[in-house]
Amino acid sequence: MKYRFFLLIAAFLVPASVPAAGGSDIKLDHYEYSFRNKTSLQNGARLFVNYCLSCHSAHFMRYNRMAEDLGISEQVVRENMIFDDRKIADPMTVTLKREDGEAWFGIAPPDLTLIGKLRDPDWLYTFLRSFYKDDSTVSGWNNSVFPNVAMPHVLWTRQGIQKPIYTTSVDDVGRETTKISGFELVREGTLTREEFDHAMEDLTNFLYYMAEPKREDRIRWGVWTMFFLFFFATLAWFLKREYWRDVD
Amino acid sequence: MKALIQWVDARFPIGNFVREHATEYYAPKNFNFWYFFGSLALLILVLQIVTGILLAMNYKPDAELAFASVEYIMRDVWGGWFVRYMHSTGASMFFVVIYLHMFRALLYGSYRNPRELIWIIGMVIYMAMMVTAFLGYLLPWGQMSYWGAQVIVNLFETLPIIGGPLSEWIRGDYVISDITLNRFYALHYLVPFILAGLVFLHLAALHEKGSNNPDGIEIKKGPKGNRWSRKAPRDSVPFHPYYTVKDLFITVVFMAVFLAIVFFIPEMFGFFIEQPNFEPANPLKTPEHIAPVWYFTPYYAILRAIPSFAGTQVWGVLAMFVSIALFFVLPWLDRSPVRSIRYKGPTTRLALGLFVVTFLVLGWLGIQAPTTSLTIMSQFFTLLYMLFFLLFPCFSSAGQPLPLFAKGMLAISIFSVVATIVYWWFLWSGGPNFMHKISYTVLSILVLFVLGIKPLVKPELPKPLPERLTK
Amino acid sequence: MTGEDVEMTQENVNAKRRLLTIATTGFGLAGAAGLAVPFAGSLLPSERAKAAGAPVEVDISKLEPGQQVTVEWRGKPVWIIQRTPEALELLPDMVDRLIDPDSNSDQQPEYAQNPTRSIREDILVLVGICTHLGCSPQYHPEIGSVTFDDDWRGGFLCVCHGSKFDLAGRVYAGVPAPTNLEVPPHRYLDDNRILIGSDQEAA
Repeated sequence: MKYRFFLLIAAFLVPASVPAAGGSDIKLDHYEYSFRNKTSLQNGARLFVNYCLSCHSAHFMRYNRMAEDLGISEQVVRENMIFDDRKIADPMTVTLKREDGEAWFGIAPPDLTLIGKLRDPDWLYTFLRSFYKDDSTVSGWNNSVFPNVAMPHVLWTRQGIQKPIYTTSVDDVGRETTKISGFELVREGTLTREEFDHAMEDLTNFLYYMAEPKREDRIRWGVWTMFFLFFFATLAWFLKREYWRDVD
Repeated sequence: MKALIQWVDARFPIGNFVREHATEYYAPKNFNFWYFFGSLALLILVLQIVTGILLAMNYKPDAELAFASVEYIMRDVWGGWFVRYMHSTGASMFFVVIYLHMFRALLYGSYRNPRELIWIIGMVIYMAMMVTAFLGYLLPWGQMSYWGAQVIVNLFETLPIIGGPLSEWIRGDYVISDITLNRFYALHYLVPFILAGLVFLHLAALHEKGSNNPDGIEIKKGPKGNRWSRKAPRDSVPFHPYYTVKDLFITVVFMAVFLAIVFFIPEMFGFFIEQPNFEPANPLKTPEHIAPVWYFTPYYAILRAIPSFAGTQVWGVLAMFVSIALFFVLPWLDRSPVRSIRYKGPTTRLALGLFVVTFLVLGWLGIQAPTTSLTIMSQFFTLLYMLFFLLFPCFSSAGQPLPLFAKGMLAISIFSVVATIVYWWFLWSGGPNFMHKISYTVLSILVLFVLGIKPLVKPELPKPLPERLTK
Repeated sequence: MTGEDVEMTQENVNAKRRLLTIATTGFGLAGAAGLAVPFAGSLLPSERAKAAGAPVEVDISKLEPGQQVTVEWRGKPVWIIQRTPEALELLPDMVDRLIDPDSNSDQQPEYAQNPTRSIREDILVLVGICTHLGCSPQYHPEIGSVTFDDDWRGGFLCVCHGSKFDLAGRVYAGVPAPTNLEVPPHRYLDDNRILIGSDQEAA
C-alpha cells in the first residue's frame, strides 16, 4: 500500500543523530572501549587518581565501587590511591576549592564523573593527546580539539612537547582555511609515542567506565532477559495460535 | 474460595464487570497489527507510574541536589539504574506507541461517528502526556533539561499582554530556578493520575460503542450469533480469552524491544537521553545546540517555521497550538461515506501518506540547527501539515456538496498557499535561492490542486463496502 | 487472568491448551517477579547508607572520669563514658536488681561479655538506643535518691517509658525494656583512639 511506501521514503530521509561534540571540526581518532581489559582500567584508574584527581573531582564515584569493579583490593586502594584521610566508601571529592580553581584557571575544573557520557570516548582519547605549546594562551598550552582550553598539559613530562603542523586547503569557493593536521614532537617525554597513546587509551577507558559503572551489569542482565523473553514469546505465540483455532 | 467470590459478588458486581468487559465483551475478529498499541499504552502508563513512584523515593526536587540525586539513583541505589532507565525509556516509548495508536485511528476512521468522544478524550490524554513529559524532562536538572524548559516557557512570553506575567507565573521566578523545579516536580507527580482517570473515561466510552475495525463497518449491524453467544455479532470474538492471549503475545514481544533498549542502548544515541544532560544545569551557559526531545520536534519545527510578523513572534506559537488543536476537530472534517482507508479513494491514501511523511520530516527538522534551506523546508512542510486538515473535507467529500465551513477552509487553504508563496518571493529578504523557491512553490500549488481542487472537479467514489468483515 | 482460562472456556478445554496456559502463566509470573526484584530492591539501603555505616574513630584522650561523649554511627547515638572507680565498685552490687547481670543475651560482642561489659574496664561503649521501643535514654551518673528511684546507683533512664539501666548498660528488672543496652563492635587503635563499628581482632 501507498502509505508504507511513504514510510519507507521517510525512513531514508531521517539521518542518524549528529551529537555536537567539542566545538572543533578536527578529525577524531577512534578508540575502542573495553571493559574486560582490567589491566587497562586499573592503569587508567591509577593515572586518574594521580594526575586528574588533584584538580578534578569525581563526585559520584566511590573508591570502593571502583575497587570492586576493577578488581583492585581495598587495601591497595587505601594505601596507593587515597592520599588523605578519606574512607574507602567515600566519593572521589577534591581538595581544590572552587574559588581557587577559578582564580588559577579562569574556570573551576569540571567534575569528571560523567565526562565519558558528556563527551564521546573518541573525543576524550583525541583530546588527551592533542595538547600543544602555545605561548599566546594563559596556561602556555592549547589543544586542537578544544581550542583555548583552560587546562594546562598536565602530562607533558610524559608525552613531551608537541608543535602543531598546519596545512592550508582551498575549498570550492576559493576560501583558504588553515587547520592543524598533525603534531611533531619537539621535545621527548619520558614515554615513547606508543606508550603514551596506550596510557591515554587506558585513561579514556577508565573515564568511560566511570561514567556508568553499572554498564557491564546492565548488558549482562540484558542478555539473560532477552533469552527469557524469547522463550516466553514463543510460548505465548503457541497459546495464541491454539486459542485462535476456534475463530474462522 | 467460591464462597468468598459469591460474598463479594453479592456486594460488588465483580462478575458482571468481568463479563461486560472481558469474557462477554465482543470485539471484531479481524484486529490487525495496528490494534495492539492501546493495550501497550496502558501497560506503559502503569510501568511509568510504578517506576516514577520508586524514583520519587530517592529524587530530590532541589536545584542544588537534583542532578546529584539522579546520579545517586544511577549508582548508589540497588537496581536504581534499571528503574531510572525504565522510566526514561518508558517516556519515549509511550509516545512511540501513542503515535502509532493515533495513526491507527487515522487509517481506519476510528474517530468517526459514533466514536468522536473516544477520539477527543484520547487527544486530551495525548496533551496530558505532553505536559507530563515536559514537566518531567526538567527534573534531572541537566543542561538540556534546563534550557529546554527555558525555551518552552518563554513561548508563553510571546503572547500579547498576558505573556510576560503568564510565563513568570508558570516559573514562579524570572528565570527557571529552584522554585520552578519544585513545582514542576509536584505537577509531574500529579498529572499522571489525572491521565489515568482520562484513560478510564477513554475505555468506558470505547466499551459503550464497541471497537471499530480495519474494515470500518459496524459488526453490530451485521448478522447475529456465533459459537459463544446467540446474541453477539457473528463477526466478533469474546475479548477474553481471544484478545487477551493475542495481547499477551504482543506484550511480550514489545517488552523484549523495550527492555533491549533499557539494557543495551538506554540513551538511544541521544534521542531518549541527550548528551548535554550529563552536565548539571548552568544558567550562565547554553549548550551549543539545543533541541526538544524527539516527540516534541514536529511541533517545534512548526514553531520555528513561522517568521515573526507585525513585531511579534506570537504567530509561530499560535501555529503550534493550532497544529495540535486541528486533531480535535478531525471527526467533523472527514466527510467520506466510508471509514476505513481500505475503501477510501487513492487521494485520501495519498493525503494520509503525505501527512505521515510531513510529520516525520518536521520531526527531523525540529532537531536540526536552522539554516535558510531548512527553514524554507520547514515552512513548506508546515503548510502541508495544515493543508492536510484544511483540505480534508474536500478530498473526502466523494462528490457530496461542500458545507459552508468546508468552503471556508478551502478558501483559507488557497489564501495560505498564496501568502506563503508571496512571502518566499517578495517579503523574505536574504531568503532561499531560486531553485528552492521555485521547487517549493510548484510543490505547494500541486498539493493544493491534488488534495483540494481535483477531488471537487472529478469526485472520487469509495470502493463498495463488504457485508461482513474481511480478513 | 490466564489462570482462569481453564474454567472459563470449558467446551474448549483440551490437554494441550491447558498445558500451554499453565506454562505461559508460569513464565508470566516469573517475568513479573523478575521485574519486581529491582523495583523492590531499590528500597534497600543504598551504597550511601552503607558508606554512612562505615566505622567511626573517636579520640578519648580528653575524656574525664564520669564524662559522657556521644558520637554518631550508622545514624545512631553511640556513648563513650569513662566510669569513675566508685561507679565500677557499685556494679557487682546491682546483680539482684537486674534481669541479665551476666550478659547472657546476645547484646554485646564476645570481648565485652564480662562484668563491666567493656574492653577496658573503665571505658563503656554503648549504643544509646533503648531496647524497648528505640528512644535514647538519658545519662544519670548521680548516686543516691533521685526522683525516679530511691536508691539510684548511677545509670540510664529512658524517659519514654521509664526503663532503667545501670552503668554497664544492664537493664533493671520490672521495667518495659527486655534486654541490656547493646555494645557496638569496637576496638582500640591505641590507648586514646577507639574505632567504633569494627570488631576487635581475636586476641
